Amino acid sequence: MTHNYTHIILADDDEDDRLFFTDAFDELKMQTKVSTFNDGVYLMEYLNQQDAIMPHLLFLDLNMPRKSGIECLKEIKANSKFKNITIAIYSTSASEEDIEDTFVKGANIYIKKPSDFKKLKKVLSNVVTRNWQYETSGLNRDNFLLRL
Amino acid sequence: MKLFVKFNFNMVCATVLKHELEKLNIKHRILGFGEVEFLETLSDVKQEAFALALSKYGIELVADDKRILVQKIKDTIVDMVYNKEADIQVKSSVYLSETLGHSYSYLANLFSEVTYTSIENFIIIQKIEYTKHLIITQDITLTEIAFKLGYSSVAHLSTQFKNTTGITPSAFQRIVTKRKEENS
Repeated sequence: MTHNYTHIILADDDEDDRLFFTDAFDELKMQTKVSTFNDGVYLMEYLNQQDAIMPHLLFLDLNMPRKSGIECLKEIKANSKFKNITIAIYSTSASEEDIEDTFVKGANIYIKKPSDFKKLKKVLSNVVTRNWQYETSGLNRDNFLLRL
Repeated sequence: MKLFVKFNFNMVCATVLKHELEKLNIKHRILGFGEVEFLETLSDVKQEAFALALSKYGIELVADDKRILVQKIKDTIVDMVYNKEADIQVKSSVYLSETLGHSYSYLANLFSEVTYTSIENFIIIQKIEYTKHLIITQDITLTEIAFKLGYSSVAHLSTQFKNTTGITPSAFQRIVTKRKEENS
C-alpha cells in the first residue's frame, strides 16, 4: 500500500551531525518523519520494541561508542523482522575495502557525510527519491546498491 | 542447492488478478498491461474486498486518471526495456508517444508531476536495474548486455551504471558474489 510519509531514523553520536540532518529534512519538505538516536544501543532498543514503527530508511553512523554501525547492521540483517528497511551507512570517511564490506554485509547505500549543508540536502533528497522508486516501482531491493 | 528463477512479471500479475477476480466472482476481462475491465457494476464493498485481496501481493488499485496514465507510462517503459529494446528503432520519446497516444511533452510533464522524477531518469534506472538482474542471473558479458539494451557502446553503459549507482558494474558483481558467499 502507499504510505504518505517516509519514516527515517538516524543513529549518530555526534550532536552537530544529528542537527544538520534533521535541519536538512526540515528544509527539504519531502513528507518525511525523522527521528534520531544517540548511539547503536539506543537504536536497537527502539527497533526491538514490539510496537516500534519501522523506518523505511535507516541511516547508520559507523563509529559510535557502545555499539558501532557495523554491529547494528549485522543485527538488523540477521532478523527478518527488519527485512524491509533500506539501510544507509552515513560516515565521515572510510577505505574502499571498508565501503565494499558494508555493502557485502547488507547495506544498500553508502554516503560520505558531505561537508556543506547544501550538498547534504541534495544527497538526502536523492536518497529518499531513490528509495521511493524502489518501493513504488517494484524494483528488487536486493539489488539496491547506491554510493554517494 | 540454489537455483535462480526468472519471472515473467506480466504473466505472474495477470494470473494473480484472474485468480482473485474469480475468487470474488467478478465478471471481468483482463486487457493486459494492468488494465481490467469489469463486465458488471462493482459495489463499494466488492471493490474494497478486491483492493484488500490485491494488497497482499503488493498490487494496488489505481483509480484516478493521472495515476492510471503514469502507471501505463511505467509499464510501457518496463516492457520496452525488458522485452523490446533491441527491436525498437525509434527514440523512446517517439515510441511512448505513439504507444500511448499523447504528445511526449504532455506525458513528460504529467510523469514529473506525479513521480517527482523524469521519464528519462526512470528509463535509465530501469535499464540499470535490468543490467544488475542480468549480471546476477546470467552468464553474460557487459558488452552483450550493452548490445541487448541498445547502448552505443559498453563504455556508455558502464559510465551510466557508475553515475546511477556510484559503483562500477564489476564492483557490483563482486559485492553480490561476496554476499552470497557470506550467506551460504
